[in-house]
Amino acid sequence: MENSRYGLNKELAQMLKGGVIMDVTTPEQAKIAEAAGACAVMALERIPADIRAAGGVSRMSDPKMIKGIQEAVSIPVMAKVRIGHIAEAQILEAIEIDYIDESEVLSPADDVYHIDKTKFKVPFVCGAKDLGEALRRINEGASMIRTKGEPGTGDVVQAVRHMRLINSEIRKLQSLREDELFQAAKELQVPYDLVLYVHENGKLPVVNFAAGGVATPADAALMMQLGAEGVFVGSGIFKSGDPVKRAEAIVKAVTNFNDPKVLAKLSEDLGEAMVGINESEIKLLMAERGK
Amino acid sequence: MKIGVLAVQGAFIEHEKALSTLGISHFEIRQSKDLLTSFDGLILPGGESTVMGKLLRDLKLFAPLKQEIEAGLPVFGTCAGLILLSKTIAEDETVHFGTLNVTTKRNAYGRQLGSFKTFSNFKGIGSIPMTFIRAPYIEAVHDKTEILATVNHHIVAARNRTQLGTAFHPELTEDVSVHQYFIDMIKENTFEGAS
Repeated sequence: MENSRYGLNKELAQMLKGGVIMDVTTPEQAKIAEAAGACAVMALERIPADIRAAGGVSRMSDPKMIKGIQEAVSIPVMAKVRIGHIAEAQILEAIEIDYIDESEVLSPADDVYHIDKTKFKVPFVCGAKDLGEALRRINEGASMIRTKGEPGTGDVVQAVRHMRLINSEIRKLQSLREDELFQAAKELQVPYDLVLYVHENGKLPVVNFAAGGVATPADAALMMQLGAEGVFVGSGIFKSGDPVKRAEAIVKAVTNFNDPKVLAKLSEDLGEAMVGINESEIKLLMAERGK
Repeated sequence: MKIGVLAVQGAFIEHEKALSTLGISHFEIRQSKDLLTSFDGLILPGGESTVMGKLLRDLKLFAPLKQEIEAGLPVFGTCAGLILLSKTIAEDETVHFGTLNVTTKRNAYGRQLGSFKTFSNFKGIGSIPMTFIRAPYIEAVHDKTEILATVNHHIVAARNRTQLGTAFHPELTEDVSVHQYFIDMIKENTFEGAS
């Protein structure tokens, strides 16, 4: 039995599986998200679409605002810190956050080092574009992984690309001979034992969610069919015409992601989706932050 | 024997693995047409009880499952599953199935920093590993509900005839003895039903 905080933290992520984690900026939004069936909320001052629009340096949210959201809901509350910002993470741990997202959505605080997450009791989720990034974050102590996608765009293409890449790299590792794994570890720039785990189990040693650009029930179902174990929805909900209806529909789409008839019904009459930005129109690629 | 595992959200795959280890066939319940399959027992997994409670109702699973449980279908709820079964939730008006006559306190150990693992005695099994993740505990049992396990004077497992609830997650450990206990409950039930 893995009797450590790390084991418990990975297990909290297991409880979130099959669920939708929603970005919220106020206690009112948090309550709406919880009532709509969110399995956790991500508390932040501005959703990624607004961060993108506003520009400038984006930082950890005001702890008072996060505490307001913790008081408003009974589901787990997550919050973001800048990549490498040890002190922001310590602050969130001090207010007993349930999960820290060391996130490329905020401006990186360190352009070389990520946080040594093994030094914390609270769990961390980190973004990844490929298997190497995912395993490096896990080696640093992340107990949950999500695709980076491209936050705040409403464009799912990058989340798809990252999920497909991670899973195809996993399949490739599975097919290698054992004596080839040492070289694979070198190429991926990750420790051998993590490579061996993936080779033997055909999955990451932690839960893997989709994130970045999910805007519709169909997007969520697509990510689940591609192997996501759950979905983060950021700007997609509260930037849309009817947040409650859309949030409920995305939750149900994650549960019944394999049933097109159910998905068809869920996709009806959702009102305006967030407008979104195409990949080619983006000036700032957040997914390129932190590798 | 066949067991239905509620699979609307949460750690249902972990239960399915435990059942596979015991050689018990099982299937996932995600929408009302899944209930057309006949089954001998129901597992309500860990996850978020608010999410499961909502999806049970929205996906039209709630009424038929409640009816089955009330009619004596053996059911096993872990963590959020226990909350779904509880007749009363402390400091909360919400009631889901409400078929197990206990009062349960949600997030009773606080936030994630309060999550822990321990070993404790389970009546009829002995000492087993117990994993508590943002867990509830049972404040009080009523009626003929039997206490099966306690940790630090708090009730963490209880049974009333065909219903079993644990505040911890047996499905997160390699130990399948609580699942075996549930299988034995189903066998008892089938036997009683046949006689």
